[in-house]
Amino acid sequence: MRRIISVLMENEPGALSRVVGLFSQRGYNIDTLTVAPTDDQTLSRLTLTTHGNDQVIEQITKHLHKLIDVVKVVDLTEGPHIERELMLLKVKASGPHRAEIKRCVDIFRGQIIDVSTHAYTVQIVGNSDKLDAFIQAIAGAEILEVVRSGVSGLSRGEKALRL
Amino acid sequence: MELLSGGEIVIRALKDAGVKYIWGYPGGAALHIYDALFQQTDVQHILVRHEQAAVHAADGHSRSTGEVGAVLVTSGPGATNAITGIATAYMDSIPLVVISGQVPREKIGEDAFQETDMVGISRPIVKHSFLVKDATEIAGVIAKAFYIAGSGRPGPVVVDIPKDVTDPNHRVPYEYPEKVKIRSYQPTSKGHSGQIKRAIKTLLGAKRPIIYSGGGVILGEASSQLTELARLIDAPVTNTLMGLGAFPGSDPQFVGMLGMHGTFEANTAMHHADVILAVGARFDDRVTNTTGKFCPSATIIHIDVDPTSIAKTIKADIPIVGACDVVLQEMIDQLQDSGKRLDDEAMADWWKQINEWRDRHGIYTQSRYEASGGTIIKPQDVIKSLYRATGGDAFVTSDVGQHQMFAAQYYLFDQPRRWINSGGLGTMGFGLPAAMGVQLAHPDAMVACVTGEGSIQMCIQELSTCTQYGLPIKIINLNNQALGMVRQWQDMQYSSRYSSSLYEDSLPDFIKLAEAYGHVGIKVTHFDELDEKMEECFSLKDRVVFMDIYVDRSEHVYPMLVAPNGSMRDMWLSKTERT
Repeated sequence: MRRIISVLMENEPGALSRVVGLFSQRGYNIDTLTVAPTDDQTLSRLTLTTHGNDQVIEQITKHLHKLIDVVKVVDLTEGPHIERELMLLKVKASGPHRAEIKRCVDIFRGQIIDVSTHAYTVQIVGNSDKLDAFIQAIAGAEILEVVRSGVSGLSRGEKALRL
Repeated sequence: MELLSGGEIVIRALKDAGVKYIWGYPGGAALHIYDALFQQTDVQHILVRHEQAAVHAADGHSRSTGEVGAVLVTSGPGATNAITGIATAYMDSIPLVVISGQVPREKIGEDAFQETDMVGISRPIVKHSFLVKDATEIAGVIAKAFYIAGSGRPGPVVVDIPKDVTDPNHRVPYEYPEKVKIRSYQPTSKGHSGQIKRAIKTLLGAKRPIIYSGGGVILGEASSQLTELARLIDAPVTNTLMGLGAFPGSDPQFVGMLGMHGTFEANTAMHHADVILAVGARFDDRVTNTTGKFCPSATIIHIDVDPTSIAKTIKADIPIVGACDVVLQEMIDQLQDSGKRLDDEAMADWWKQINEWRDRHGIYTQSRYEASGGTIIKPQDVIKSLYRATGGDAFVTSDVGQHQMFAAQYYLFDQPRRWINSGGLGTMGFGLPAAMGVQLAHPDAMVACVTGEGSIQMCIQELSTCTQYGLPIKIINLNNQALGMVRQWQDMQYSSRYSSSLYEDSLPDFIKLAEAYGHVGIKVTHFDELDEKMEECFSLKDRVVFMDIYVDRSEHVYPMLVAPNGSMRDMWLSKTERT
């Protein structure tokens, strides 16, 4: 089962490598990973998606918690939550495709953020399924490159992961 | 405020952290620190002959005292040589602070001479690590390192210090923090009271309870609480390899070690138990055998300070995260307050059953291994002889292999911190340097290193360190002229094809070797002379004695759990007998 794990940790050199090392050492998978400092510059927030049964996820969260640099850990998928991922996609846009891609971008509420004679660069934000669906939708066009940010998320309501 | 150089700060902070001895080996990147060491007398440095031994020695010091061990090595090869020692400590949760020199800051990443990424290379085998970037950080980092190493579930911490940070010409104010607080690190101590209540209720309802205690009870200084609780409920107690001594080994309530080479009665009692109280143990694969067949009818109460140890391999019915001493004390108090007892009749039946198992297959009856018949020495007899000669009062370190199991089985440890061995990583070469650490911490104690001719050669260079510092260790070498445990497996699973487990007459003359280092060597080849020579060994109080004892080459360690696919009650009891 897919899980989104959110980690609040010290914004220290080496902290990220400990998290990543933990996964590789113990044979767990990281599907996506995103990390950046928070409003409090001494803290970083890391979000990763992984998959596994309940026992594996329990071990992962316990091991994450055990890392000295880690302040708090939450499995967002345990409750109602919001998740977003950002995708930038460069696609060949010439001839009849050019208008078709534009229509698709509008349907997905994306934006074309760079234009050249033969290509569009598209920005789409949403959950991961939506980004997958967009790629499916423009399958007829020639995609030049894709970059995805990995999932970020917050729990719904007033619950917050803070010190 | 006092102005000190980075090198001086390292040493002063070690002193303020309570360090009396630091084990190490100098080299380029650590020379400023070594110069600061030279100019003071509070912290004594012991020069080993290989960095691996420095870590094992500090480890032995820690295991025998409960203090955090300290190590100082240089960058590059000094650091990599320390790795095996650090991994050994990590697997057994031993608190150490390992300080490694590093190339100067501006050279990091340039593949400089003797550069290695120590923080990176040690990351999977440390509790935490620091790369110090400025002289002003050193004192705070060292204080944190000692706090992290010694608290919660203990473990080794690496502090990597670039050479220019210890520059004698750059002086900064020195202040050792009075108290360390780390917002992201707050180890649990008190157990959940609701869970403890449930545990008590389960225990009181038990008809076939057993206490399974591990190294955590020793590390957590909870032996007296464990013993008190065990007496209170009159349950049988089994210890893991790491937990020996937490409950008195010569007590009738003790059923011996459990697991791979545990006693018949301990393993069988575990298999048939209805309630298992696991304390500071981690359901290691050497204990559980096939996890799917592990103790089918047992309700498991699991107390551990580390939540990741709970339900890692075996699901706990009642998990309790907390320090063993605190949780056990709470259980004792609640039990006494309740005034209730376990069902007397059921317990009488349970003990009757256990004593039958004991009589039938217990290893402490002479029939478990063949009588020596006068000349050939059985390795088990050597351990029994050692036990007699030391009155059961020695610190015993061991290496890894058959001799380790014989020592664990036949030397009965009545106190914690007396049995010192590499259980988790299984590091050959551990015994001699660990014994040095023990002997230095306990100058008047008897320290025996039980080893084999294979293991002892992995750190034998330390005989020279023993000479330099006058560490009168007694080396009990069970010489069977083969890598015994490897050979045992080759006998049992590879039709006795002895692939690389024999030395083909290349063994050194250990007596001459010991003498070359200035020590005493005693060779024993006949059973009749064993006790007498053992006495002689321990009468030479101020000397290192190397006892080279030729033992039965064909002996195997039994009992031995049947693997793969066996449960805990499936054991080989001898070469021909199976449960």
